[in-house]
Amino acid sequence: MDIHEYQAKELLSKFGVPVPRGGLAYSPEQAVYRAHEIGGPKWVVKAQIHSGARGKAGGIKVCSNEHEIEQAAQGLLGKKLVTIQTGPAGKLVSRLYIEEATDIDKEIYLSFVMDRAAERIVVVSSAAGGMDIEEISHSQPDTIIKVVVDPAVGMQGFQAREVAFGLGVDPDIVGKLERVILGCYRAFRDLDANMLEINPLVITKQKGVIALDAKMSFDENALFRRPQIAELRDKSQEDSRETYANDRGLSYVGLDGDIGCIVNGAGLAMATLDMIKLAGGEPANFLDIGGGASPERVTKSFKAVLRDKNVKAILVNVFAGINRCDWVAKGVVDAIKELEIKVPIVVRLAGTNVEEGRKIIDQSGLTMISAETLADAAQKAVSAAKNAA
Amino acid sequence: MAIFINENTPILVQGFTGRIGTFHAQEMIDYGTNVVGGVTPGKGGSSHLGRPVFNTVKGAVDETKAEASIVFVPPPFAADAIMEAADAGIKYCVCITDGIPTQDMIRVKRYMRRYKKENRMVLTGPNCAGTISPGKAMLGIMPGHIYMPGRVGIVGRSGTLGYEAASQLKDLGIGVSTSVGIGGDPINGSSFKDVLEHFAEDPDTDAVMMIGEIGGPQEAEAGYYIRDHFKKPVVAYIAGLSAPKGRRMGHAGAIVSAFGEAAAEKVEILKECGVAIAPTPSEMGATVQKVLAAKQAA
Repeated sequence: MDIHEYQAKELLSKFGVPVPRGGLAYSPEQAVYRAHEIGGPKWVVKAQIHSGARGKAGGIKVCSNEHEIEQAAQGLLGKKLVTIQTGPAGKLVSRLYIEEATDIDKEIYLSFVMDRAAERIVVVSSAAGGMDIEEISHSQPDTIIKVVVDPAVGMQGFQAREVAFGLGVDPDIVGKLERVILGCYRAFRDLDANMLEINPLVITKQKGVIALDAKMSFDENALFRRPQIAELRDKSQEDSRETYANDRGLSYVGLDGDIGCIVNGAGLAMATLDMIKLAGGEPANFLDIGGGASPERVTKSFKAVLRDKNVKAILVNVFAGINRCDWVAKGVVDAIKELEIKVPIVVRLAGTNVEEGRKIIDQSGLTMISAETLADAAQKAVSAAKNAA
Repeated sequence: MAIFINENTPILVQGFTGRIGTFHAQEMIDYGTNVVGGVTPGKGGSSHLGRPVFNTVKGAVDETKAEASIVFVPPPFAADAIMEAADAGIKYCVCITDGIPTQDMIRVKRYMRRYKKENRMVLTGPNCAGTISPGKAMLGIMPGHIYMPGRVGIVGRSGTLGYEAASQLKDLGIGVSTSVGIGGDPINGSSFKDVLEHFAEDPDTDAVMMIGEIGGPQEAEAGYYIRDHFKKPVVAYIAGLSAPKGRRMGHAGAIVSAFGEAAAEKVEILKECGVAIAPTPSEMGATVQKVLAAKQAA
C-alpha cells in the first residue's frame, strides 16, 4: 500500500528523521495561508499523488511570493498529473503540501528495500542523489553502497556509519547521518514497510541533514497489525475498478484491453492473460476469485468486471480444486440472469465435477460459449470481442 | 520413491480442528495419506477425525513420531507455527497459509538457520497448494485425482497452474513423481533450486516441469543451477508475459521491480541455460512429452 509524501514525512519525523517545515493545503487560499505560517522567503508547492517523478511532470513548483503560490496551487489542484509512473490516465491532485525551501549543499540517495535474494532488509545508498536509482545504477554504479541487515539483531550503528563514510560526507555530519539512517530503519521495521526511499536526502549549507522527499510503501499482509498505517489509504489514488473489487475481497488489477477475465488462482489468471495476448486480444483485467469460489463470489466478480465499460467479452476460466465446477457454473448462470449480461461469455471449466458443471451451462438456455482447453477459450474470447466491436 | 513425502510418512496437521484444516485433513486422509494426528493449542487430549489432537508440536512428535506437517494456521500466527515445527524436529513442513507478513517470513528463515543443515527442516510455501506424491500421499489442498502416478516432477509457484500442468500430462498419459508448490510469496521456504536439488537425487524422477512467474530472482537462479549441475531435462513455463511493470498480480511476490524479473527476461535466461520453454500455458504437457521422447531417443 502506498501513502503520500506528507504522510511518510510525518511518520519518519516520529523516528527522528528531520524534514522541512510544511503544511497541507486543499485550496489556493489555504496554500497561501500555509506559506505565511511557515514564513521565510521561498516555498515549494508539491502535488500529493502516489507517484514518483512528480518534478519532471510539473507537480513541484518553487515559489517566492503569494501570487506565485496561488498560481501554482490553482494550476495543480483538481487536475490529473501524468508522470512516467502513473500511466496516461494520470492521478488526481486533491492535496498540496507547502514546504519551506531548503538550501542544498549535497544530495544523497537513500532507500530501504526487502531484498528477495538476501531475504533481508537491505539499505541502498548513493552520493548521486536526485537521480532515480535506475539512472544511478546505469550511469554511476560504483557510487552505490549496500548494507544487509541481520534480522536477529537489527541494524547496527557501525553499518549506518559504513554508509555515511562511504558517501564521503564531512566527518562532522556523519553522526547526524547515522541517526537518520537508523531512524529510517526503525520506521521500516516497526511499521512493516516494504519500501522506503528518500531521494534526495539533503545536506544543507548549514550542515543539517534533512529528508527533502519521502516515499513509503507498506506490506499489505501486515496491515492487520498496523491500523495507523491502514488509515492512511487514499482511495482517490487508486483505479476505481480496483477499489471496487478489492473492497469486496477480490484480487483485481485493471488493464487497458476489452476482454474481461474471471479466473481462479493468481498463476492461472496470469497465464490466461498471456493466452489472450498470444491469441491477438487484449485483457481488460486480472482477476483471481480465490479458492472457495461460491456462486455469490462469482456474481460479485461479474459485477466488478462489468464496471469497466470497455469490456466487450468475458472469459471465465476455472480449474476447480477446492471448489467444484458445478458450483462455479451455477454462479455463472445466476450472474447472467441477475445482471442481464449482454456481452458474450466464454466459459472454460476443468477439474472437480467438470461434467456436472458443463451440464448446468448447457441446460441453462443462455447463450454461452463453451471451451475445452485454455487455448480454445482464449481464441473464442478474442473472436467474440472482435465481433462485438 | 518420490521426494519429501510417501505413503509411509507420518504427518501432522497444524491448525487441525479449524474449518479449513478439518476439510483438507479429511481430503488428505481419504487420499490415503498417513495422517497421525494434529495440533491445536488448547484442544490437546481430544480426538478429531479419528486422530489424536495435541497442544504442542513437540508433544505430538513425541507421541506419534511424526516427520512432516502441514500448516493451516491463520496469517498472524503462521510464522510461529512454522518455527514450532522446526523446533520440534519435523523434517518437512508445508505451509498453505496466504497472507503472512514478509517480515515474519524473514524471521522464520533466520530462525531456521540455528539448525545445522542436516538437521534443518525443509519448508515449502507459504501461500502454496502443497505437495503431492501421486498414489502415495497428499500434503496439500489440490484435487488429488488429477495427478497420475509417474516419473515427472513438478515444481511451481502457482497452485492452479500446477493443476493445469498435471492434467495436461495426465491427458498425454504422463504421470507425476512428486508435485511441489513453493508458493507465491516474495520470501518462501524453498526456492526452485532447493526443490530441484531434491529431484536430482530422486531415482524415480526422469524430468522436471518448472512453473515460474514474474518477480524475484529464483527462476534465474534455478536456470544457472540447471546449466551447471542438473542432469535431467527441465521444461519451464513462466506466467505473466503480459503483466505491466510495478503491478502486483495477485501473488504478493508477483511484481516486476527490477531487471531480470519480467517473464520475457526470465524466459531468455532459462533458454540460455538449456531449459526447454513451453511457449504457452496450454503447451506445458506437450513440451514435456517432446523432451521425454528426445531423452528416450538419445
